[in-house]
Amino acid sequence: MRTVAFREALNEAIAEEMEKDDRIFLMGEEVGHYDGAYKVSKGLLKRFGEKRVIDTPIAEGGFVGVGIGAAMVGLRPIIELMTWNFSFVAADQLINNAAKIRQMSGGQFTLPIVFRGPGGSAHMLAAQHSQSTEALWAHIPGLKVVMPANPKDAKGLLKSAIRDNNPIVFIEGEVLYADQGEIPDGEYTIPLGVAEVKRPGTDITLIGWSKMVKIALATADALAAEGIEAEVVDPRTIRPLDEELLVESVKKTKRCLIIEEGWPFNGVGAEIAYRIGRRCFDDLDAPVERLTGADMPMPYNHHLEQQCIPDVPRAVAAAKKLLYLE
Amino acid sequence: MKLEVTRVIDDEGRVLHPEREPALSSDELRRLYRTMLLVRILDERMLRLRMQGRMGFYLTSLGEEATHIGAAHALRDADWIYPAYREIGAALFRGYPLGTFMCQLFGNSEDPVKGRQMPVHHSVKRLNFVSVSSPVGSHIPHAVGTAWAAKLQKTQDVALAFFGEGASSTPIFHVSANFAALYKVPAILLCRNNGWAISVPSSGQTATPTFAQKAIAYGMPGVLVDGNDILAMIHVVREAAARGRRGEGPTLIEARTYRRGAHSSSDDPSKYRDPAEPKEWERRDPIDRFLKYGQARGVFDAEFVAHTRQEINREIGEALIYAESRPPKPPLHSLFEDVYAEIPRHLREQAAGLEAEIARHGEKVPPRG
Ligand SMILES: Cc1ncc(C[n+]2csc(CCOP(=O)(O)OP(=O)(O)O)c2C)c(N)n1
Ligand SMILES: [Mg+2]
Repeated sequence: MRTVAFREALNEAIAEEMEKDDRIFLMGEEVGHYDGAYKVSKGLLKRFGEKRVIDTPIAEGGFVGVGIGAAMVGLRPIIELMTWNFSFVAADQLINNAAKIRQMSGGQFTLPIVFRGPGGSAHMLAAQHSQSTEALWAHIPGLKVVMPANPKDAKGLLKSAIRDNNPIVFIEGEVLYADQGEIPDGEYTIPLGVAEVKRPGTDITLIGWSKMVKIALATADALAAEGIEAEVVDPRTIRPLDEELLVESVKKTKRCLIIEEGWPFNGVGAEIAYRIGRRCFDDLDAPVERLTGADMPMPYNHHLEQQCIPDVPRAVAAAKKLLYLE
Repeated sequence: MKLEVTRVIDDEGRVLHPEREPALSSDELRRLYRTMLLVRILDERMLRLRMQGRMGFYLTSLGEEATHIGAAHALRDADWIYPAYREIGAALFRGYPLGTFMCQLFGNSEDPVKGRQMPVHHSVKRLNFVSVSSPVGSHIPHAVGTAWAAKLQKTQDVALAFFGEGASSTPIFHVSANFAALYKVPAILLCRNNGWAISVPSSGQTATPTFAQKAIAYGMPGVLVDGNDILAMIHVVREAAARGRRGEGPTLIEARTYRRGAHSSSDDPSKYRDPAEPKEWERRDPIDRFLKYGQARGVFDAEFVAHTRQEINREIGEALIYAESRPPKPPLHSLFEDVYAEIPRHLREQAAGLEAEIARHGEKVPPRG
């Protein structure tokens, strides 16, 4: 085991895969000479050259589409979006094309392509720079949606994503890049579609992904101080969703709180709550509950912003309510 | 394809093209100089504030002041300006108060956009100055739409969009240019070619030697202008506005200038560009050039320059004291306003929920930093 930062784990995943397979290239704004807006691609231009690490004009709709075209004939592009907030200008390419070309061509074309970049709120960046987009992408059949919470998952999941033969939406929590964590020394991958129990417990299940795993773990710590043992489950991949592990956990604890940074309406948590409600109806001692971001564009002012994002005190209160302790 | 760079004065402020020289009164010259200097000093002071951690984010227009202040002068007050984010001088030229400007940067209780937007995204509807959108280029079609409305309503107003040369790579720029020319709307698309888009040089955006020449493909005139020559800026924007008002359609202007500072307060250009380059552009400083021109015309004497500087510093100081002493947060209830034209039931419920939560647990306390 060794300790690396989240951004370094991603960098290792890209470099190791590029080393093995010369069909892989990295393309996006500022990924080359600048080492990436968040330094994920540090050193890759030097190592792999300008044909494989490509700085683009400011044209998400362009390079997302160009990546798709290259993937259709056998290359394996990694497309970096400076943030998922700007993916919306490429929505037609992602939704109408990447997600559907295999199906519409009767399976003739395969799209082994990863779209990756930061997502979620990063503190005082306001409405157009603070969005959680996973619910949108997970809504689209044909896309897989991956959201690692720590360096180990980041590296293992990104390697699997690069090797996968489907278009992948890979969302990196913008505030996670500097997080340190242990990763295995040698080669490893983590399969897509497999959740993980991040902390075992017996009294309530807390479900969170990406940076909400940190909130869930801190909530579990706070609850433990009061003698409540919370189990924290991280789906890691939003689509395909590892429903089995979530259900297994809730059947055991009989209570479930979903912590989601994004908006509540049609959120990922709504989908998970439906699945758990359906399969754990007879086991539940309380209705499945959600703690989500506020239902509005994110304000800039930090006092206001704070009211809009799930935090530990609110999560503790919500958990206790499910345990009928409040 | 070769386009001439339109200039009026040279780097020493000497008139090269008297036939293009706008006839400006002494007062107008002083106002232009004053606004450019204000932006220069304001940028320095605000950047320092950012470095001291008293504010979250800042962007300067160091070296590019003539582009937008010249354009603002060339327009009428009723004309619409859609800035990107380095054109605050255009709003200040139209009378945006410094205190309000700073309240926006802080996102405090007197911020006209209620603490919603990032610093430097000033929206001042009463001054026909609109900056809302952060994805680059996304405001360009809005200017075209506003110009289209002016045409339909026969108001004689024009709409001008500022954007960087980097933004000219966005799909929406091309769509907007096509639409503007096709519908012959009174729009001015003003591309500030400042050489860089964060770390990408302008040569990394396009294979054409100029951005102005793209106009030809869309069916409108393309004009190349020295963006550090405020008189040339006034000249070309006046002509473009007159064309628009005559019903002859849009104009694409490429203003050649240079981003001497960092991209933003989060950027360090020493990592990607030769420091000799911005140094070289200091010789073509738009304020110095205009100062020499005004001195030669006998309008800017030493006393005027010293006095203006003093006055600007005093005004900035006062505005800062004002802004920093306003309550730092807009009322919590404002969160629920403006999401829709009326506050819908689900948000009224959330507001009540928040109140109850706060009554029980107190307000969430923001983390430091
Ligand atoms: C659609 C979109 N993609 C990426 C960004 C990130 N970004 C912000 S400013 C900028 C560079 C813009 O350069 P340019 O248009 O030349 O304007 P300048 O900063 O030079 O004034 C980039 C890439 C963005 N804001 N929007
Ligand atoms: Mg630029």
